[in-house]
Amino acid sequence: MIVYLIRRFGQSVLSIAAMAVLVFLGVYAIGNPIDVLINPEATQAEIAATTARLGLDRPLYEQFGIFVWNALHGDLGNSFVYGRPAVDIILDRLPATMELAFVALILSVGLGVPLGVWAGLRPDSIAGRTIMGGSILGFSLPNFWQGMLLILIFAVLLGWLPAGGRGETTEFLGMRVSFLTLDGLSHLILPAINLALFKMSLIIRLARANTREVCLQDYVKFARAKGLSGRRVVLVHILKNIMIPVVTIIGLELGSMVAFAIVTETVFAWPGMGKLLIDSINLLDRPVIVAYLMLTVLIIVTINFVVDVIYSLLDPRIGLSEMKG
Amino acid sequence: MTKLLEIHDLQTQFHTRDGIAKAVDGLSLSLDRGEILGLVGESGSGKSVTGFSILGLVDPPGRVAGGRILFDGEDLVAGGEKAMKKLRGKRIAMIFQDPMMTLNPVLRIDTQMVETVQAHADVSRKAALARARDALVRVGISSPDERLQAYPHQFSGGMRQRVAIAIALLHEPDLIIADEPTTALDVTIQAQILSEMQALCAQSGTALIWITHDLAVVSGLADRLAVMYAGRIIEEGTTAGIISKPMHPYTKGLIESVPQGKEHGTLLRQIKGMTPSLLKLPEGCKFAPRCPRADAACKPEPPLEERETGRRVRCVHPHTEPLAEEAAPT
Repeated sequence: MIVYLIRRFGQSVLSIAAMAVLVFLGVYAIGNPIDVLINPEATQAEIAATTARLGLDRPLYEQFGIFVWNALHGDLGNSFVYGRPAVDIILDRLPATMELAFVALILSVGLGVPLGVWAGLRPDSIAGRTIMGGSILGFSLPNFWQGMLLILIFAVLLGWLPAGGRGETTEFLGMRVSFLTLDGLSHLILPAINLALFKMSLIIRLARANTREVCLQDYVKFARAKGLSGRRVVLVHILKNIMIPVVTIIGLELGSMVAFAIVTETVFAWPGMGKLLIDSINLLDRPVIVAYLMLTVLIIVTINFVVDVIYSLLDPRIGLSEMKG
Repeated sequence: MTKLLEIHDLQTQFHTRDGIAKAVDGLSLSLDRGEILGLVGESGSGKSVTGFSILGLVDPPGRVAGGRILFDGEDLVAGGEKAMKKLRGKRIAMIFQDPMMTLNPVLRIDTQMVETVQAHADVSRKAALARARDALVRVGISSPDERLQAYPHQFSGGMRQRVAIAIALLHEPDLIIADEPTTALDVTIQAQILSEMQALCAQSGTALIWITHDLAVVSGLADRLAVMYAGRIIEEGTTAGIISKPMHPYTKGLIESVPQGKEHGTLLRQIKGMTPSLLKLPEGCKFAPRCPRADAACKPEPPLEERETGRRVRCVHPHTEPLAEEAAPT
């Protein structure tokens, strides 16, 4: 297990390094930020001074070297726009996005897995067909449109929930969070549902397909032949088997939920990282873009690492075969 | 005393898009306590479905459409799922064909054994573990404590089947239904498992229905044989009687197609044709289209009649001569 963990960790570090190169080169290629930042009437001398102050006059490899060296010390540069460390700006916004993503995750797994298993156990029942039909709507309707429809129904027509913003926040583990106050929670529900719908549909379909497959396995019949209750067969024998692919998908999707909650955040005016990224790209605020991308990579790589560990706990065959290799 | 198991006119049908497939059609059988019955037939003859019907484990779209299954005098078909659940694993256990597939790959052996004990006995986990350990010892698994902690993929095929047998034996059932349990194993392991099963059943007085397509396997094990074809029993009798003197042409064909040592270099004998589709069964005797003895008299389906003491045959032209000495399998 230890060997497996160390090797897996090494792979994570490699992916981050590779991503650093790509991100830096990519951002370097998208135009000169000076053109956007500086007063168009500035003199050549002023432009040269600003360029030198931001370090943009040095050759690419030198800039990259400085970037890596600083990154290793936790410094991803100061924002050109705000003049504050880019990491701090992003971290200010991170809790809002994380909170949204986690609530959406809990919704999509908490509802998606039971619904999917139910549909898988009774594929021909009316309930099963309804669930599957709903899931098709869930991931074929565009995300932004779902969001607008949610606002229209619950905020405008019914007036039950607020249409945007974060509401009242409280301190929790050093972060500002919404879910602990009633007002915050009411602001959180709609965007979380919006973000969850797509993933939930995906998980429903995955859980259903796997349930149907696992149900045909001899070990399910054998479990029934042993005289186990239907509940135990479903909750232990079937569920543990279908959770393996579900956890993989959850891992992949959690990363993308955190990183790309942009649409939902824009529709619901949720003050998260996604909105920040769009603004920074418009202003060519390189350090913030780079820091955002690096942080996203870090989050996705970390989640994948955790998922692999959970995966090996769920499926005894994985960790052990790796250990021998 | 009542028989342990009596099946009367069992009908198990599968509703498919193309019509109703009668996987088991009018099957009647009986089994004494401690008796070993070999249920023999080709793939699709309905032998596995018969086993699942007894346990009430026929999956949709299949269902038991008629007949009675009396287990120790209690009607399992009329009793429904509730009565069945009390018996499953407790008084009737089942062993499946592929030991790679019958144990849940993500659960440890102890979990899978303890849950079986606790499904029918109100005992602590510790007591259940002790029973699981004893069961593993009985089927010849060494260092059982270590083995209990292992996952199925850490066992060989033969060991896994032993674990499955140990699970079947946990409640010392009155009846074990074994669905081709040695087909997926090496020949040497096959022989071991066969003799161990025989000994274990004799020890505990457990009756056994051994479902197989392999006459050679079952002839050394079973007290009686029932040969199935197209969802019916076509011949039934003592193992020795059937092997030495098969009366139904199909049984004779099956026995003669077992390769013999003395026939090196000659073609194996086989039954011509193929098993009919259950959706398009011929009228009259279902074996008639493949049968060398068939004639007009086979048109109405012959009943299963007692031809000799303890020997029932479904044929109007049964063989009455014993097989020539060299043709009988050993």
